[in-house]
Amino acid sequence: MNTTTTRRRLLGASALGGAGLALALVLSGCTGGTAEKPSSSASAPSAAAADGVKVVDGWAKASESGMTAAFGEIENTGKDEVTLVSVTTSASPDVELHETVADASGQMKMREKQGGFPIAAGGALSLVPGGNHIMLMDLVTPLKAGDEVTFTLSFSDGSKKDVTMPIKDYSGANEKYSDEKSGTPTPGSSGTGHAGHDQSGHGASGHGGSGGALR
Amino acid sequence: MTDASVSSERVRATRRQFLLGGAAAGAGAAAALGATMLPGAAASAAEAAPREPSVHGGETVSFHGPHQAGIATPAQAHAVFLALDLREGVDRDALRRLMRTLSDDAARLMRGAGALADTEPELAAAPARLTVTFGFGPGFVARAGGAAPAWLRPLPAFGVDRLRPEYGDGDLLLQIAADDPLTVAHAARMLLKDARGTARVRWRQQGFRRAYGTEAPGTTMRNLFGQVDGTVNPKPGTADFDEVVWIDDGSWLAGGTGMVFRRIRMDVDGWDRIDRAGREQSVGRRLSDGAPLTGRKEHDEPDFDAKDALGFPVIPAFSHVRRARSDNPRERIFRRAYNDDAAPTGDEVSESALLFVSFQADIDAQFVPLQRRLDELDLLNTWTTPIGSAVFAIPPGCEKGGWIGETLLG
Repeated sequence: MNTTTTRRRLLGASALGGAGLALALVLSGCTGGTAEKPSSSASAPSAAAADGVKVVDGWAKASESGMTAAFGEIENTGKDEVTLVSVTTSASPDVELHETVADASGQMKMREKQGGFPIAAGGALSLVPGGNHIMLMDLVTPLKAGDEVTFTLSFSDGSKKDVTMPIKDYSGANEKYSDEKSGTPTPGSSGTGHAGHDQSGHGASGHGGSGGALR
Repeated sequence: MTDASVSSERVRATRRQFLLGGAAAGAGAAAALGATMLPGAAASAAEAAPREPSVHGGETVSFHGPHQAGIATPAQAHAVFLALDLREGVDRDALRRLMRTLSDDAARLMRGAGALADTEPELAAAPARLTVTFGFGPGFVARAGGAAPAWLRPLPAFGVDRLRPEYGDGDLLLQIAADDPLTVAHAARMLLKDARGTARVRWRQQGFRRAYGTEAPGTTMRNLFGQVDGTVNPKPGTADFDEVVWIDDGSWLAGGTGMVFRRIRMDVDGWDRIDRAGREQSVGRRLSDGAPLTGRKEHDEPDFDAKDALGFPVIPAFSHVRRARSDNPRERIFRRAYNDDAAPTGDEVSESALLFVSFQADIDAQFVPLQRRLDELDLLNTWTTPIGSAVFAIPPGCEKGGWIGETLLG
């Protein structure tokens, strides 16, 4: 499991030069789908991760421009753990998977989730305001309340799933960005992550402090 | 029937308490009521156990169906009526987005789930027969580019009217009703949050009836004059009701209806000066049980030809019942009113109103002639003044996956 995660990070990082993170992860998924199959699955061939995934009550927060987020319950009805590694949408060229954690001062900050979100077999990933979420970094089309937006979820085995979510007028989900958004809790453990994100098409200045608030 | 069973329970409880009086000396009342405490008691444990209060918060009304809920639904105890005005620049596409979102909210809330992105989903957990009913005013249909029925316009001016704009008209109506006022408040807020980008609140009027469980279901409501109000009403589920209420013309409104909303101010202080005989004469019904002055029971047909000893009609020609009655069976409506008791101003002690709500397939053919007759003569007009008025087209219901308004906007 650890090996798989590290390899994916490396793959992602190497492809990230100049390209958006989302695109990079899609590419890594396409080329490395079989190569990345976790060793644990050698005993029994597993179905594509996306086949067992169901998104329940998904929704995205309406916004004219800039950043916004999407939420919902991502259920894994399959027999194996799956890992959501990336999300893409035509509404924003740059989409990240975020977690929300307390910083040193105890304030909740959001930052990119390294390695994506694993979802246990029979389990679910809750994406909620104030918690884990899908972050749309820079809207190219406004998300209007009452409209729908389609996302493509990509999993670590290279499988994908399209989901369409309604857009809601929502005042919350205003968590601040971590100043070291792309950093990891343990220094030196993921230098490749830093390198990749710094070049991923959005300046770190846009995410620091209050300037990085969702709205 | 229910009254009888309730009172016999009470009698039994009293007798039990009496019997237990000796045994209960020094013991807590609750323990005393336990049958096991009474040696040789004939009563079964089930009968003697303190009754659990029944809880009805989980009761639901289906959102989906050929007609919108909240019309044929037996009237819930609480309702809020919200009229919204569409914002500038809101077009047909925006209306479609609005109605899809509001329909989804209503469907979820009515089944006792939080709406999507509900910040207080716990308040949705007790739907208490929540219904959300949507109505489109003339402005909404115009903005949608739809064909409005001829009756979708302000009612003709009546002589008794003293209309105030803050109580009438509007582009979009939300009728939100449940047996619990907290449920109503939450649903209203959720829906308004999802509408605020498209529309703003024009007016809000909140009404009540008897609480759930106070009276047997189906009991005709009483208004704040103490009158039984709404006796002659088509019965939901009958062909007669369907004929009076539902539109059947193949248009986008087929399966829908027309709604008249009138805020009728009640001069309860003036009403206080009238004795019971005068009050009963003004309506033509007894205050005690709503029976016509010529009848014995509430639903007895009034006998308008009956004369008293002096040769005068028992039910006066100026009475509300007489004036509301038409020989034309088409001139009938379905009423679903609520009471409102607002804050008084100045030296008054009351600011009461009837939130008159009627549903009928054709407002011009059914409601207007009836109201014309009441406008010309109705002794009750002495104490009642319409101060708000609005007309809405109520679109049909929708099936699962559909949304209210799809026949107009889809």
